[in-house]
Amino acid sequence: MTGSARPGSRTSADRLARLLNLVPFLLARPGIEIAEAAGDLGVTERQLREDLELLWVCGLPGYGPGDLIDMAFDGDRVTITYDAGIDRPLRLTPDEALALVVALRMLAETPGVANREAVERALVKIENAAGDRFGTPVAVRLPADNHRVAELRAAVESGRALRITYYSVARDETIERTVDPLRMLVIGGRAYLEAWCRRAEGMRMFRVDRIDAVTRLDEPARVPAQAVPHDLTGGAFRPTADLPLVTLRIGRSERWITEYYPCERVESGEGEWLVSLRVTDLDWARRFVLGLGPEVTVVAPAELAAQVHAAATAALAAYATPPPGAVADPATASAGQ
Amino acid sequence: MSRTRTERLVNLVICLLSTRRFLTAVQIAATVPGYQHDPHDVRDHEAFQRKFERDKAELRELGVPLETGTASAFDLEPGYRIARRQYALPEIPLEPDEAAAVGIAARLWQHAGLAAAASSGLAKLRAAGVDVDPQATLGLEPMVTVDPAFAPLTAAARDRREVAFDYRVPDRDEPSARRLQPWGVVCWRGRWYVVGHDLDRAAARCFRLSRVVGAVRTVGPSGAYEPPAEVDLISYVARSSGPVERTGRARVLVAPHRAAGLRRWAVETTSGSTGDQLVLPYADPEALAGQLVGYGPDVRVLDPPEVREAVIQRLKEFAARHDVVAGSAR
Repeated sequence: MTGSARPGSRTSADRLARLLNLVPFLLARPGIEIAEAAGDLGVTERQLREDLELLWVCGLPGYGPGDLIDMAFDGDRVTITYDAGIDRPLRLTPDEALALVVALRMLAETPGVANREAVERALVKIENAAGDRFGTPVAVRLPADNHRVAELRAAVESGRALRITYYSVARDETIERTVDPLRMLVIGGRAYLEAWCRRAEGMRMFRVDRIDAVTRLDEPARVPAQAVPHDLTGGAFRPTADLPLVTLRIGRSERWITEYYPCERVESGEGEWLVSLRVTDLDWARRFVLGLGPEVTVVAPAELAAQVHAAATAALAAYATPPPGAVADPATASAGQ
Repeated sequence: MSRTRTERLVNLVICLLSTRRFLTAVQIAATVPGYQHDPHDVRDHEAFQRKFERDKAELRELGVPLETGTASAFDLEPGYRIARRQYALPEIPLEPDEAAAVGIAARLWQHAGLAAAASSGLAKLRAAGVDVDPQATLGLEPMVTVDPAFAPLTAAARDRREVAFDYRVPDRDEPSARRLQPWGVVCWRGRWYVVGHDLDRAAARCFRLSRVVGAVRTVGPSGAYEPPAEVDLISYVARSSGPVERTGRARVLVAPHRAAGLRRWAVETTSGSTGDQLVLPYADPEALAGQLVGYGPDVRVLDPPEVREAVIQRLKEFAARHDVVAGSAR
């Protein structure tokens, strides 16, 4: 965040930071194997040996034998025998404290997280160590704890396959699926279960608030070797180019959708906008459009416009027949197309 | 940085940590290897001064608290030292489960800059002797993502510094220029906001970080204002998007096995031969009408009349708006 713009200077600053950490790190772990230390520090063994060689010629003014940083080697093990006064790491910078404190606050607020109490204890200690006069100016509040999240986490930890009753918004149906859980995640404040779905034969992200029931099966969870976890860097839902593209003309009251759905294109006209977005299927798109409000018109595809028209006319026809008449049969409704 | 420069900087840190007296640049040059030069040679001396300035900047960037002062009232040249208490990370007695939590927290960041800050912070804790289990998990982990405006706004709030930014509200076309004294940043239900004193509106306001367009600019000095004491940042955001009470009750008839989404939040379900009657709680009749229209002919409102009329009105508009389009599509 405060990185300097000069290329190359970052790595040099990194090396200085690493060297200042290295003495206290080794001091706290006398006789550590060099390979283990390198692994812990995320550097190669060769790099670590180079760092040690450099430190060996550094020390207190005078720079005589008793002033320089000294270390004893015993085979592949190293022990610092003189630290020349750099026995503690540097204080956390404001950015480091911010990054740790905010992530811990997120963790503490995450519904269903295991050992929340340890997270909260850690948070207090890190906040104290940060010693910031004003504290970290970031507050976090995620949706309240959901009993289902904790229940599901326990089920995932049991290592068994699960039968879940899941409501799919894309299809507007609730069906049972057998899944092999991989992990649970919280993205944008919402909890998800990522699992292999045996019905779909693929990895799926299930929103926890749409899982209506969970049963643990006797068999162990077995995520197939070829299963690839989702790349979630762009959020939980990343539309792909193979999905149908829908273009809508919307009014001011529908303008919010561009903040909630990834839109490929937003063009503004006089008090109205043309918005294009990818949808998982046209049935979902029809329900979505009808649910938006009357200021929306389907521009493309024509098939969707026809479906919206058909659904609206069929529904109106049902209202025209006096109650307690039967609900319009979906079969006749679709015949209106 | 060359090996010699790194070596010189490590020696400089050790030297300034070990001294209680402020050391002048001349004294440092005479002591720390790598600064040797001829002080009477103007060009050589200037080169030394530039080198020393760069080194000081490098240390400050790393967070080394370089103090400036004079050893006595007779000294004209400023001197330097590093106070050990300012330099050293205080003792952090983390239990193993606490250390594991910090380790997990440090890897949650999806934002590159903060991920780097989190891991360098963690490296310091480990240097202080904290052992972090890299395998630890808490069962489910949040992905921590932030908008680009997060870093500059938290820094400004920390420094009590005014900011200016362009802000685009979705139902307006042009972003508007805003000036704010930020008090803090809030994550509310997965979205980020900044709360502060809006200098143009002369009132407390909150802004969604995703709507900030372009760069956040800081204006004026640090420490320019004081946020209200004990300010509850979350309450400002929650006030504008609090939970709604669903006191209304609507009765609807749904086709058999259809409208699964509605069935999930019905408070009462009665099965019948031609479909199921659901009782749905609602707050705003227009909002409910929107949801119900989404299900098209699968759902029919029985009462109250205001919801029924709102649904019929919406259906008529949809039918009319899409008549031409549907016709021409044939």
